[in-house]
Amino acid sequence: MDYNFHWRPVFNKLPDLLEAGLLTLEVSLLSMVIGTVLGLLLALAKLSPLKPARWFAITWIELARNTPALFQLFFFGFGLGAFGWHLSPFLIVLVGLSFNNAGYLAENFRGGFQAVPENQYRAARSLGMTAFQATTRIVIPQVFKIVYHPMTNQMVWAVLMSSLAMMVGYRELAGETQFLASKTFRIFEYFLAAAVIYYVIVKIILGLSRLLAWRLFRYE
Amino acid sequence: MIEIQNLHKYFDVHHVLKGIDLTVEKGEVLSIIGSSGSGKSTLLYCINGLEAIQQGEVIVDGVSVHDKGADLNRIRQNLGMVFQQWNSFPHLTALENVALAPRIVKKLSKAESLAIAEQQLKHVGLADKLDAYPSSLSGGQQQRLAISRALAMEPEYMLFDEATSALDPELVGEVLETMRMLAEEGMTMICVTHEMGFARDVSDRVAYFHDGVMEEIGTPDQIFGTPVSQHTQKFLANVR
Ligand SMILES: Nc1ncnc2c1ncn2[C@@H]1O[C@H](COP(=O)(O)OP(=O)(O)OP(=O)(O)O)[C@@H](O)[C@H]1O
Ligand SMILES: [Mg+2]
Repeated sequence: MDYNFHWRPVFNKLPDLLEAGLLTLEVSLLSMVIGTVLGLLLALAKLSPLKPARWFAITWIELARNTPALFQLFFFGFGLGAFGWHLSPFLIVLVGLSFNNAGYLAENFRGGFQAVPENQYRAARSLGMTAFQATTRIVIPQVFKIVYHPMTNQMVWAVLMSSLAMMVGYRELAGETQFLASKTFRIFEYFLAAAVIYYVIVKIILGLSRLLAWRLFRYE
Repeated sequence: MIEIQNLHKYFDVHHVLKGIDLTVEKGEVLSIIGSSGSGKSTLLYCINGLEAIQQGEVIVDGVSVHDKGADLNRIRQNLGMVFQQWNSFPHLTALENVALAPRIVKKLSKAESLAIAEQQLKHVGLADKLDAYPSSLSGGQQQRLAISRALAMEPEYMLFDEATSALDPELVGEVLETMRMLAEEGMTMICVTHEMGFARDVSDRVAYFHDGVMEEIGTPDQIFGTPVSQHTQKFLANVR
């Protein structure tokens, strides 16, 4: 081992890295919000009796879950580019991650809806609740509890997956790390520092999630 | 008054109710007995419009339940229903379980709905469980919770679908006691039940269902003492 560690450049650029970490958090969080809404719609589409809706949902879910996430980003980057659709690096990452999140979350939501007994809905309707009230007040809170941990996992996964952004030129944490590393050649130091930041972000998410779960699901 | 006229119900081609005619007066307690699959639950679901019907009519206090313009959500407020599987809402406390529908369906204030909920939980003997979640209640307590939740809408009719069948034997008594109490208070009740003792002691009339047909209806003495239909005789011989 004749590699000499030089930490000073990394320390000097720590503010840049932390700022890039915020971008990582931002794009992951946004992609989760969009992925949750789309995932809910996909789950309902897959459960619906409408054939085209089911077919559309199945195609999306299958592609999102069974192809490399990197290829999904490339599709929204270079694939669409080939048809003259040019997304900014940020949008490529956001759209790609949202697509992937929606596919995974849709399956979780579908399982959640199927796990809530039909009679819960019937009981709510028998009290005079509208379909909307029964769904939002009785069914969805129970679905949410079932999908809560899978959603937390997906959020962690989104943070880690967002590092693929460096392959499409977006300078979130991984992209910024690569940019700085290649300028100074302190490659190992930069990636080690970035790994620590990823680790801390993930631990914070898991901790917050546990705290929230404790507040939300005291009923069991 | 609940009037059922020539009611036919199909599930696809499966003819489940084959022309039911039945009138239940205010204050009456009717028990429905019959073998599994004879259409008893389905009849209750048709009364409060949870299932559509293919022919005939159900009229509750002069309003036809299955009319196109019928306000089902309003009609259901008047028809409390208790299911075999106690369907307490697991994410809400006992008090919230009972207070929710008065608040969001009847649009009562929070204070009013909580007051009603507390009163109804006391009514069924759950005064000390207001803040308990269903997961910490026994099956019998959950079923009484379901009864008080229905009562909180101040219905004039109560429909019971085998309210005790899913309970452990030692918990059946407390639920039957609650139903008996309601009957004594003058509630109009239709009870699908396998509890022959309850049907005999509490009901004004007992109806026997067989294969989608109401084969026989009469006083408990008639049905249990001198049943006319062979099917009824056979059924009663088996449950005794
Ligand atoms: N949602 C449904 N779809 C199709 N068939 C159904 C449905 N619900 C009930 N049935 C059928 O209708 C018939 C009557 O069912 P129902 O549940 O009303 O009987 P039941 O008298 O309540 O029986 P049990 O004593 O077992 O509760 C049965 O043959 C049942 O299989
Ligand atoms: Mg039944």
